[in-house]
Amino acid sequence: MRLENKVVLVTGAGNGIGEAIAKRFAQEGAFVITTDIDEEAARRVVMEITEAGGAAEAIKQDVTGETAWQELMADVIERHGRLDTLVNNAGIAILANVEEETLEGWRKTQAVNMEGVFLGCQAAIRVMKENGGSIINISSIEGIIGEPNTAAYNASKGGVRIFTKSAALHCTTQGYPIRVNSMHPGYVMTPLVEKGLEMMPEDEADAMLERILGQIPMGEMGEPVDIANGCLFLASDESKYMTGSEMIIDGGYTCH
Amino acid sequence: MSQNYFSLENKVALVTGAGAGIGAACVSALAAAGARVMATDIDATSCSNTASAAREKGMLVASMQQDVCDESCWQEVIDATLDEFGGFDILVNNAGIHSNCLLEADTLENLQRLYRVNVDSVFLGMKYAAMAMKPEGSAGQGGSIVNLSSAAGLMGVPLESAYGSTKGAVRLYTKHAAVEFAALGYGIRVNSVHPGVIETEMGSSLLDGFVNSGLVESLEQAHEMIQNLTPLGRLGKAEEVASVVHFLASDAASYVTGAEYVVDGGATAK
Repeated sequence: MRLENKVVLVTGAGNGIGEAIAKRFAQEGAFVITTDIDEEAARRVVMEITEAGGAAEAIKQDVTGETAWQELMADVIERHGRLDTLVNNAGIAILANVEEETLEGWRKTQAVNMEGVFLGCQAAIRVMKENGGSIINISSIEGIIGEPNTAAYNASKGGVRIFTKSAALHCTTQGYPIRVNSMHPGYVMTPLVEKGLEMMPEDEADAMLERILGQIPMGEMGEPVDIANGCLFLASDESKYMTGSEMIIDGGYTCH
Repeated sequence: MSQNYFSLENKVALVTGAGAGIGAACVSALAAAGARVMATDIDATSCSNTASAAREKGMLVASMQQDVCDESCWQEVIDATLDEFGGFDILVNNAGIHSNCLLEADTLENLQRLYRVNVDSVFLGMKYAAMAMKPEGSAGQGGSIVNLSSAAGLMGVPLESAYGSTKGAVRLYTKHAAVEFAALGYGIRVNSVHPGVIETEMGSSLLDGFVNSGLVESLEQAHEMIQNLTPLGRLGKAEEVASVVHFLASDAASYVTGAEYVVDGGATAK
């Protein structure tokens, strides 16, 4: 097992990619602290992990809260003695182009997707700097290429991509044995994407789905477990010479 | 039990340049994950040593002499791999050469030599692997091709202009092949790996080159220069590159194609 005796924390783990990461990490022997703003969702994931023989606990967390991050970390260290991996996965997406996007929508997106990642990294580095660890920030292919209808999301994920490198370089400069890398999923069939499609009129949604699939060289959307396996690699010691790196898992979307 | 996505049981791999360094480490990593591996090198003795060392650990590894620039060799090696192990699922295009030279002092002959070994070989490898791996091919099961590029294929480094340009070519060649094979429905993924300076013969020659060209005064200063270029503060190990190759070769990476994975201790992050 790749993560035996490791303590990991996954944010936004109540569904989609976060849920898949929590479950894969548990299958590989980690104790998974499963956080989500939706406590019910986090509890369901933990129950499923436990039923499958894994170890996990559910905690309600709004990743935009600075004090809550500090309290959470203090609690994790007190009860588990360590944190080996943090996956900053919680995120939101609003479909709006630059003309439609509101300042409110823009700020909300940056608050969850960028400030949440910043606060998570800051809090994790404080507790990891002695024993070391791996931090994985979930960016997106939307942090590398542009999309007309995701103005705020594009900005936030691009921010996560470069912020990751800054945090990685800070850790190496300080001599902390902490690696920080970004993960860039392509289109993955998650509740976030399904909800986006559901919000559109059916014919428009069908057309969009067809357009998306037509843009993916592999011709299909990814599954959450594809991203979870990449995170597993970044969390494990097998990636120990990787820091400040970008791991793209997108069926070829950004290479054409 | 969960599916073992990282396992290479029932897979057959071909690794070029397998006599030493990253290639030899790839043979170990893939075979340790359960693959049967054909290890080739232009130096028959070196890859034969890699294979016998692996066999002593109970791994299924064979070896064969191969000049990766020689087109006629490729079909022969792939046929031999199929004969020996009954399949062909993974190709690691690792064989390559390196040269340190100031651009002004470089020769067309040297540049062409680098392109022949580093780029022609990747072309031939992808071509013959695709013909064998595609649904109607002799192996017919799709597969994963991993091309060894370099951090020098992503960023500028003094003395590395010719070498770096070959690695830049490998980087983009990978993406074109990935998209084309996907469009054709071949089930073949193609990705590139970009190591920084690794503790190998090639890594040492880079350090020596810094001294010989007068860029720095001593080997100590060359080490310092590399450490300054590398945020993690040390050279990488061949095994640390091989583990990334293993990931890309496995089903854990089944949605990864046309991607470039950087293993450079942070060198390109700054």
